Amino acid sequence: MYKYDEYDHAMVAARVAEFSDQVKRRLAGEITEDQFKPLRLMNGLYLQLHAYMLRVAVPYGTLDSRQMRMLAHIARKYDRDYGHFTTRQNIQYNWIKLEDAPAILEDLASVEMHAIQTSGNCIRNISSDQWAGAAADEITDPRPWAELLRQWSSFHPEFSYLPRKFKIAVIAAAEDRAAMRLHDIGIQIIEKDGVHGAAFYVGGGMGRTPMIAPLIKDFVPLEDMLSYTEACLRVYNRYGRRDNIYKARIKILIHELGADEYRRQVEEEWAHVKSLGIDPPKAEFDRIAKQFALPALDASAPDAIDRSDPDFAVWVDQNVAAHKVPGHAIVNISLKPVGGIPGDAGSAQIDLMADLAEKYSHDELRVTHAQNIVLPHVRKADLYAIWQELDAAGLATPNLDLISDIIACPGLDYCSLANARSIPVAQKIATRFSDLGRQKELGELKLKISGCINACGHHHAGHIGILGVDRKGTENYQLLLGGSGAEDVSLGTITGPGFDEDGIVDAIERVTDKYLAERTEGERFVDTFRRVGMAPFKEAIYG
Amino acid sequence: MVEHLHSDGEEPCVTLDAFLQQSNATAVRLEPDEDARALIPHLDRLALIEVAFPKFRDGRGYSSARILREAGYTGELRAQGDVLVDQIAYMKRCGFDTFAPEKALNPADVEAALSRWPEHYQTAADGAVPIWKLRHG
Repeated sequence: MYKYDEYDHAMVAARVAEFSDQVKRRLAGEITEDQFKPLRLMNGLYLQLHAYMLRVAVPYGTLDSRQMRMLAHIARKYDRDYGHFTTRQNIQYNWIKLEDAPAILEDLASVEMHAIQTSGNCIRNISSDQWAGAAADEITDPRPWAELLRQWSSFHPEFSYLPRKFKIAVIAAAEDRAAMRLHDIGIQIIEKDGVHGAAFYVGGGMGRTPMIAPLIKDFVPLEDMLSYTEACLRVYNRYGRRDNIYKARIKILIHELGADEYRRQVEEEWAHVKSLGIDPPKAEFDRIAKQFALPALDASAPDAIDRSDPDFAVWVDQNVAAHKVPGHAIVNISLKPVGGIPGDAGSAQIDLMADLAEKYSHDELRVTHAQNIVLPHVRKADLYAIWQELDAAGLATPNLDLISDIIACPGLDYCSLANARSIPVAQKIATRFSDLGRQKELGELKLKISGCINACGHHHAGHIGILGVDRKGTENYQLLLGGSGAEDVSLGTITGPGFDEDGIVDAIERVTDKYLAERTEGERFVDTFRRVGMAPFKEAIYG
Repeated sequence: MVEHLHSDGEEPCVTLDAFLQQSNATAVRLEPDEDARALIPHLDRLALIEVAFPKFRDGRGYSSARILREAGYTGELRAQGDVLVDQIAYMKRCGFDTFAPEKALNPADVEAALSRWPEHYQTAADGAVPIWKLRHG
């Protein structure tokens, strides 16, 4: 894991001091709310329906037990004893007082954490593969590159007042676990003729105009990654639309220019930018990469798992993934208990996950974009002990990637942008499908719910997506089918007229019944949908 | 040296269009939607480039400033308009050396803002040595 050196500490400390000063000037009335807003947003503070919300960055979703315990401490001391893990691998707290914010940021800084650029029209937290460094299918660990990008993008003087927010993901596996092509920039580290390079996909995103990022450059030499990114951003900062907030994301610029013209402009800018000495030398990459070295795992650890406890065996089959080192496994902890709030965890649960990481996972945890937690480096021989502790804390729901492993935004229960509630719909769906045998029969089924058109709940990318809208003052839910945020990326299509809160649950049941009737051997829901198309599903839903 | 206010009695800035048609002007004003690169052939006869910030949230002027400095412009580069104390440190990093805020800034706040950052993560237009270079000597 990356450890701060004196420079990193000094930069975060300067930011805390700066923001404390800004809060003081705001509370004294020296700056207006309009002037303060972008400053607090760039420090992760949103003004929500009931209170301030603080979003804390978990860079590329990686943290250690000490940091995880600090997240529990903040929940206990400054909030209502819980936090909400987000689709950008961050955590947010919903009940924060503005005057507490500087103290919270100081607490975070003491464990090398911050809330820098988790909001605002700047480069946001860099996201990555939650199995980075552990997955059997990756060609290298993408996180050193994500860390290099984190430092480059932190307090970037040219790109802190962009037309709109800017999200970057970095992956290095063929399987895309980070929704890479639905980012403003998705970087995939690939191998060509034995050499690693970066494929740049630019201009993806969800929101009200969802787009899959086109490939802008198939192979950027890794040592040029920052200058190429800088060129991509400069073209956007200069020419991205600023006349309409809904058309200000880079995806609109690229859509309007066309990928070829955008590529040409970036190439022209890059030819210039590359000469400015923006890219750090290999020594800096090596310094960072060394800190992400795989922990010393015993490859001769026993590979067998005692499956005599049937409940444990069910959990192993669903929530445990292959590790690249024999005798080891990746544990996925579901934060989606039936009837719970997707992504929420109480302080005691957060502490427990920290304890497990310290004891069993070489002190590492990951946050996933699907709002779950990962213990990346676990001995198979320890799985049973881990499961027992998770189970006792309500954290052993064996539903990873099943219909009840729902991504949901906070919705109208918290968010000032929302048109409809997301959480109660997620709870009703999970309850309707609570029978695990039924969920397993349905297989991999990614269900994603957004409470408004901004799509924080990734509904466009759900095999089944739900979009909450306001229809003449009542909450109405549209149903989308066929999206995916993975390597088979696609955008969902709306089925037809929307439903009320109970109607949407019934509609999903008709859709899943239709899938079971139509599927052929080995087909996931989304495969069947792609093969047979919308018509049979539409008929099943609307008659 | 960073000056916080521009001096009186200087030559007024002309618009970019006027400048490109009028060979004797030495001061030009660049609006956010104007291409800073149009000035590159004329940098050696310019003493002042004023970059307009009609709204502080419009960040195009930061790129304009860097482009001009990267092209070798060494004259005065002024940020004018909705220039607030919480933006001037980044403006300075992008190459601005003078500020003409519409609303006067508190000098103590300016001093604090400009001395806030001990080092910088990235190369910009202020000549600061980035942290990665400090790490590796």
